[in-house]
Amino acid sequence: MALAKHHRVLPGFGLGMGYTLAYVGLIVLLPLAALAWKASGIGVAGLLHLLATPRTQAALKLSFGGALAASLINAAFGLLVAWVLVRYRFPGRRLLDALVDLPFALPTAVAGIALTALYAPNGWLGHAFDAFGVRIAYTQIGVGIAMVFVGFPFVVRTLQPVLESMDRDMEEAAESLGARRSQTFARVILPVLVPALLTGFALALARAVGEYGSVIFIAGNMPMRTEIAPLLIVQKLEQFDYAGAAALGVVMLGFSFVMLVALSLLQRWSRRWAEASP
Amino acid sequence: MTLELSHLSRRFKDYPALDDVSLEIPPGEFLALLGPSGSGKTTLLRILAGLDYPDSGSVRRDGQDLLALDARRRKVGLVFQHYALFRHLTVADNVAFGLRVRPWRTRPKRADIAARVQRLLQRVQLQDMARRYPAQLSGGQRQRVALARALAVEPDLLLLDEPFGALDAQVRVSLRRWLRELHDEFGLTTVFVTHDQEEALELADRVVVMNRGRIEQVGKPDAIYQDPATPFVCEFIGKANRIDLEQGEHGFIAAEWSLGEAPWGTDGKHAQAYVRPEHLALDASTDAPGWETHLRHVYRAGSIAHLELDAPALRQRLEAQITSENFARLGLCAGMKLRARPTRAVVFSVEPASAAPVRWIWQENTTTTASAAHTSTATFDRTRNIPCDTEAS
Amino acid sequence: MNAIVLSRTSVWPRRLQRALLILVAVAFMLVFLLLPLAVVFTEALAKGVQVFIAAITQPEAWSSIRLTLLVAAIVVPLNTVFGIAASWVMARFAFRGKALLGALIDLPFAVSPVIAGLIYVLLFGAQGWFGPWLDAHGIRIIFAMPGLVLASIFVTLPFVARELIPLMQAQGSEDEEAARVLGASGWQMFFRVTLPNIRWALLYGVLLCNARAMGEFGAVSVVSGHIRGLTTTMPLEVEMRYNEYDYAGAFAVASLLALLALLTLAIKTLLEWRYGDELAAHAPGSH
Repeated sequence: MALAKHHRVLPGFGLGMGYTLAYVGLIVLLPLAALAWKASGIGVAGLLHLLATPRTQAALKLSFGGALAASLINAAFGLLVAWVLVRYRFPGRRLLDALVDLPFALPTAVAGIALTALYAPNGWLGHAFDAFGVRIAYTQIGVGIAMVFVGFPFVVRTLQPVLESMDRDMEEAAESLGARRSQTFARVILPVLVPALLTGFALALARAVGEYGSVIFIAGNMPMRTEIAPLLIVQKLEQFDYAGAAALGVVMLGFSFVMLVALSLLQRWSRRWAEASP
Repeated sequence: MTLELSHLSRRFKDYPALDDVSLEIPPGEFLALLGPSGSGKTTLLRILAGLDYPDSGSVRRDGQDLLALDARRRKVGLVFQHYALFRHLTVADNVAFGLRVRPWRTRPKRADIAARVQRLLQRVQLQDMARRYPAQLSGGQRQRVALARALAVEPDLLLLDEPFGALDAQVRVSLRRWLRELHDEFGLTTVFVTHDQEEALELADRVVVMNRGRIEQVGKPDAIYQDPATPFVCEFIGKANRIDLEQGEHGFIAAEWSLGEAPWGTDGKHAQAYVRPEHLALDASTDAPGWETHLRHVYRAGSIAHLELDAPALRQRLEAQITSENFARLGLCAGMKLRARPTRAVVFSVEPASAAPVRWIWQENTTTTASAAHTSTATFDRTRNIPCDTEAS
Repeated sequence: MNAIVLSRTSVWPRRLQRALLILVAVAFMLVFLLLPLAVVFTEALAKGVQVFIAAITQPEAWSSIRLTLLVAAIVVPLNTVFGIAASWVMARFAFRGKALLGALIDLPFAVSPVIAGLIYVLLFGAQGWFGPWLDAHGIRIIFAMPGLVLASIFVTLPFVARELIPLMQAQGSEDEEAARVLGASGWQMFFRVTLPNIRWALLYGVLLCNARAMGEFGAVSVVSGHIRGLTTTMPLEVEMRYNEYDYAGAFAVASLLALLALLTLAIKTLLEWRYGDELAAHAPGSH
């Protein structure tokens, strides 16, 4: 009598699970454990001490602050671009749609030197701004622009499917009830987009905070002014200050964890929304 | 090949999919598992296929433990509800699949496989579609490919999971007749799952009515319809008027209807009677026996007239059924007052007080009725001029 | 689509509004995305074609190209096999800790590439966990090829899995169950039924994984040591030339990477266009 409570109908669980766990364990968990070990060696007090230095503070502020600003810009313009791509037909739309993924496909170092060349005082755009006395390259603004570049596709690609599958009926109902276009947008369309918008924003934020290659060329990397947190980690490693690097790494990793949790909560929330609508 | 299922139980997280189910299936039988969703019929089918396992109980095929074999080795043919055809393979490749994956020792030669596929496609009348892909076929055609694919491996047992559920009504009817013919030709033991009672009663040798993981009744379609074993079967199969009975002086009664003493004696204050619409005799004369009702609504569906009656004495509505011919001949229309009385009922004791039978099939004894003119079919006095308030629709 | 009849007076502002929105969107994208791309090529050819060709045929350039290809050739197949195994397990079975496993697979996607490099330095570097042991046995991981490979594996780990998991979940296991009941063995079922059903998503994932593996900079920079000819991939070569003020040279190599990006985009778009419904509806971040 074969009572197979734990019988799996499809084969390959053992093999697949074993390989997956071993792989993830070796590639992800083991190195993370090393980070935890190093960080624990310093202790919480030591960590806080290391993080309290002005240079570290400045770097963290720049990374997080710049990412926040850049992601907000991306949220706004990403929404616009997604809307235009989904709702309107115009020549070159397909090309533009493909272009959205460029920051995703382009190696970060290439983006970095390109942005620098573009916004340097003698660059195409930098030149124009220079006439007004505005410096972009080697300033915090440059950092922000690089972060906008890398985070852009996330917002657009998260919004597009939602916009595509949106029921036009709701908008038409609102119009027939007398709402102006702007009211329809604010009251009917936008609320539906909020989960996707937040998700895209969070993804762009996570990417921008950790971004390295695209930013370090245009930043100028002056400590206390235009030095981002990831660069500071690299500096510390080069000076063999492993403890300091680990401390900063833990902070950034902690932020990543928070973002992952936030994103999965957002997923769950948006799924509930989607199911509630007919 | 005899199948013996004993005491199968399967529980999903919060509800019992199967609850102590036992069944014996003789060779070559065409068996229907009928029931509402959640009744356990699909779970039972999947257990037979090897795609699920019971928590307890056994399944034996010719005495051998079937559960010890995994799905691959059971020699079972399974037709899925949504066909599960391999999209990237042609019709011919789909049908040949089961033959091509055999270990090379038992694998037929290429030519043999091709011949077999060709024969099967001819049998399901799809020989011209051999090179097409599933996406290019209609629902009915895909169903036939799925069937051919399942038959290609020459199984001992054919299982079908709501095979016609996703098809149009016309296609459904013609396909199921064709399936029955196929079964008769191959002589294969077939178990099919459906929630459509018309299908089950029309096709099967025996029907298993299931509800909430339990078997309510097993029997020939006729028996299921005429002699339902439980209240659930009464309500699920066909239509039935449910009438609550009370214990009176001389047996159970419901307003003017007196059934007499139940076989289980005078135990129990209450009982339930189920009367099929065709077993309600109607009479237009006001002194006829039966409840006073008035005809609320008529629905003519082809050759049958469905009548909806209001019975104030019972405080409920009754459904009756007569042929359209009779209906037209007798000039019934909505608003009329009619007398209705049951001629046959299945009665269940609500409180089985002892080991006495719980079910009682009551029949009107025609010799004891007052007038010989009253028989079990509707009778009407044609000389009366019956006024109508509204037009019968 | 229902047509709501709008009054004449509201059509013109509507059209104007539309045109304005399109204009702003296009302008934004041209400035922020297209211009940087254009700059790469103009700077690469700024000093003429001869200089360009010389820059990309130098021995260092060649070795960086070779190294990049080699790393990708190792990383992509490994992560592809992993992606298939992980998605098989995640999409076809129920088990405890599934959410945790999913989070671990997604983790490299949410982590800064510098962190990716950092953790391997802490593991295999001179002062790392295994540092002394490796030293004693004369094995070099950090500042050598293995380090590059490991860091790249980490960074590109999720790519194939993230494409396959939602697709396989959406497809359901009916096809595979049918194959089993028809008598297929595990591997027969996998090669004849599973793989054909996921082939386009698989290709898509491999494409993205490859693009990232070849273009990875941050993680590789940390573990590389920048040893020219030995541990310098193309992105690192770009950085090194740039820091040496060899702008033409830097942009020359960068232009090759940009061409790779454009090719990736082209194939990506083609796959989405032709097989869009067989690729799970995905955004760069969705599960």
